[in-house]
Amino acid sequence: MSTADPYFDFLCRMGDNTLILGHRVSEWCGHSPVLEEDIALANIALDLIGQTQMWLGLAAEVEGKGRTADDLAMLRDVWDFRSALIVEQPNGDFGQTLMRQFLFDTWHLLMLQGLTKSCEPRVAEIAAKAVKEVMYHVERSGDTVIGLGDGTEESHTKIQAALDLMWPYVGELFTPDAVDEAMLAAGIAPDLTEMRKTFEAQVSAVMAEATLTIPDSRFAHKGGKSGFQHTEHLGHLLTNMQWLQRAYPGANW
Amino acid sequence: MNPDIAQVWEWLDQVPDPEIPVISIVDLGIVRGVVWDGDTLEVAVTPTYSGCPATSIISFDIETAMIDRGIKNTRIKTQLAPPWTTDWLSDKGRAKLEEHGIAPPRTTGGPERCPLCKSENVTRISQFGSTPCKAQWRCTDCLEPFDYFKCI
Repeated sequence: MSTADPYFDFLCRMGDNTLILGHRVSEWCGHSPVLEEDIALANIALDLIGQTQMWLGLAAEVEGKGRTADDLAMLRDVWDFRSALIVEQPNGDFGQTLMRQFLFDTWHLLMLQGLTKSCEPRVAEIAAKAVKEVMYHVERSGDTVIGLGDGTEESHTKIQAALDLMWPYVGELFTPDAVDEAMLAAGIAPDLTEMRKTFEAQVSAVMAEATLTIPDSRFAHKGGKSGFQHTEHLGHLLTNMQWLQRAYPGANW
Repeated sequence: MNPDIAQVWEWLDQVPDPEIPVISIVDLGIVRGVVWDGDTLEVAVTPTYSGCPATSIISFDIETAMIDRGIKNTRIKTQLAPPWTTDWLSDKGRAKLEEHGIAPPRTTGGPERCPLCKSENVTRISQFGSTPCKAQWRCTDCLEPFDYFKCI
């Protein structure tokens, strides 16, 4: 995969984030603690996979090499994925899944709101569509984090542990690299440094209500969105998600 | 001679939504435009939710319905902008939803009343339901759970 075109890379980042998190969340289907949560998680996964089709579809068009969204999703290996490290982290317990979701959703909504003002009309159109869906995601994940944090001693302990575990994966989402800087300069994507201020205010408000403590550290694991160093979890996820195309190359219906 | 566009809209209004067959795809507000391009009918359709699996079935149903009325060439154009909103549901569609036991969407974010016993004492179970476009609510008078067509 070429990294010469930052616009293509950026579209892959958007689509790979929603694809990998959508797959992760779909792993809960049939396993959630209660039926309503099972349905909610499956719906959120479905929205994310739908958004993936739009982002990776546009990425494939921009690349202009005749590949499709499906090719990008199913025929690339770990090193070509541009998703942030947070989305490939395992589901863990329910609290860990919901904390990952809340942190991602809050970033995602701010990002999409910024992208609705993109100078690329196709990007703005996709963002305007996705933003309506993601408003529901963040409402639910925020409510659930508050419910678990300000819940029983056991739920509080578990969701605090989830926050401690997930927090070091937040920084990557907001640390601009060459692709982010090129997108900002071109007027395609918003300023991540500015976005982080709003993110921190929103997350702090929810954590205060949830009686949870945000770790006092800005240490950030990196290497996902650049593709330089994914965690071991992405490879395992792909062997599951891409199994059909690996076992039966070119299978279609 | 191509059939009149107004006639085509009437035919499209007879194509049921695959998930909620009591309303048509025109009631749902997803048909955004119909034009003739030579002898090809171009129907612009906007998706409800980006991952809704009914979208591809709807395109197929439109093509089939047009073939049944003698239109051989139909092209479905997916139109993303402006994004679909529940404001586009027709009044006829809203009434049919309630008759069918699904509370129609309201901008205040919740159903006006229970579609079954009409009580206004209702409470939310979950923002998410059996399809992407619905949420789960419950009536605190008749105690029945019901679907609410959520507002986006």
